[in-house]
Amino acid sequence: MADELLRLGLHDLHVSLGGKMVPFAGYEMPVQYPAGVMQEHLHTRAAAGLFDVSHMGQVILRPKAGMSALALALEALMPVDVLGLAEGRQRYGLLLTPSGGIIDDLMFANRGDHFFVVVNAARKAVDIAHLTEKLADVAEVAPVTDRALLALQGPQAEAVLAAHVPVAAMRFMDVAVLPSAFGELWISRSGYTGEDGFEISAPAARVEALARALLADARVLPIGLGARDSLRLEAGLCLYGHDMDEGVAPAEAGLGWAIPKLRRSGGARAGGFPGWESVLHDFEGGLRETRVGLRPEGRAPMREGTPIYDGDRLVGSVTSGGFGPSVGAPIAMARVTADVTVPGTRLEGEVRGKRLPATVVTMPFHPTTYKR
Amino acid sequence: MKYTKEHEWLRVEGDLVVVGITEHAATALGDVVFVELPEPETVVAAGDEVCVIESVKAASDILAPVDGEIVAVNAALVDTPALVNEDPLGAAWFFKMKLDDLSVLDDLMDEDEYNDLIG
Repeated sequence: MADELLRLGLHDLHVSLGGKMVPFAGYEMPVQYPAGVMQEHLHTRAAAGLFDVSHMGQVILRPKAGMSALALALEALMPVDVLGLAEGRQRYGLLLTPSGGIIDDLMFANRGDHFFVVVNAARKAVDIAHLTEKLADVAEVAPVTDRALLALQGPQAEAVLAAHVPVAAMRFMDVAVLPSAFGELWISRSGYTGEDGFEISAPAARVEALARALLADARVLPIGLGARDSLRLEAGLCLYGHDMDEGVAPAEAGLGWAIPKLRRSGGARAGGFPGWESVLHDFEGGLRETRVGLRPEGRAPMREGTPIYDGDRLVGSVTSGGFGPSVGAPIAMARVTADVTVPGTRLEGEVRGKRLPATVVTMPFHPTTYKR
Repeated sequence: MKYTKEHEWLRVEGDLVVVGITEHAATALGDVVFVELPEPETVVAAGDEVCVIESVKAASDILAPVDGEIVAVNAALVDTPALVNEDPLGAAWFFKMKLDDLSVLDDLMDEDEYNDLIG
């Protein structure tokens, strides 16, 4: 029997705004509002969009024996630079399985005397159990259960939010804890749309007032999961469970950029994370397949699962695909064999029994506008 | 106008039947970005998948509502899929069919029955 779907704290607000609620990662989530996916997407790129991402997991890692010991313990779980992350900064990380597959992708922030972590909704139970076990000696792992999470994204996000809290001086991937009329806000200048913007953790009891205040600004529209997906796809960003999972290594997911030189062969803290031999071998000529961007010719979208061919040879499949509203055409990400990844390579996708041409392209599909 | 459970409308035009999707269906699909039409002069049976329609969200099929022959298709939808959202009951017709016997339409829903269905 299916588990009961959980409801967001803002459920009634979503319904009153005309949100169409669908099951997602165990929650009832708004997939779109009356404006529709296309308009919500374009509005976010043109002005500002408000997303309720409270389904995601917020976790505090409080060190038992100092931040450095905790940072090094995290480096034994993730192929990234944790020790070098300055206070007030956030970074993208990957939890890996013993064979180098991806347990989850996450954001972690150094908040001085602890780390604050945001993980995918569908993986939060797995992540919390993993972190609790692996960090038992160095940290108390505390899920944050009394806070909601909003994302305000788009070129007007700064101006909208700055009316409530001083965020204008923040740069991409900065984090700040700021008092406000809506209680203490935990803000990062980040998001998952390719736009400048913020993720805002707010006390659950105050989040509705915050959401209403942001929506009262004429520049802001509520945005559902449909547009969140098309925005992140255009930005070339991976979605867990689609473009990566426990059977996919970082370089295979096209996430090699997330692994700094420091952790690669020859680096000062090379290896030492789960599956590091095979994960690093992928950077030394061992890569068999990886993620590429595809631009299908014509109008037919190539959705997840679409087989990709190079002539008669099956070379991979689409991991995320659809229509890019800002691109104005279908776009897709596919995992294909390493010999067909050069931009400009012409491949074919099989859609409803027909082979249709598609060209390998660099990502993002739509330019990102992070405030660096 | 007649309606099917699959949210298609049928309108008799001379000895032909024009087929499209209802406003309810267009709204539920969301922004349509791709339409694939059948070849004209295709003989179809009720329930055959004859068109593909894709919105930003997902792909779905349009089924032949009755037995007959498809004699014309609306090529404008291929170039301008958004017509399906803008004018589902008019400019966004999908195809025209020739039926052996128009009386099969009597088995389909009228407007009141369809409105009850979508409640």
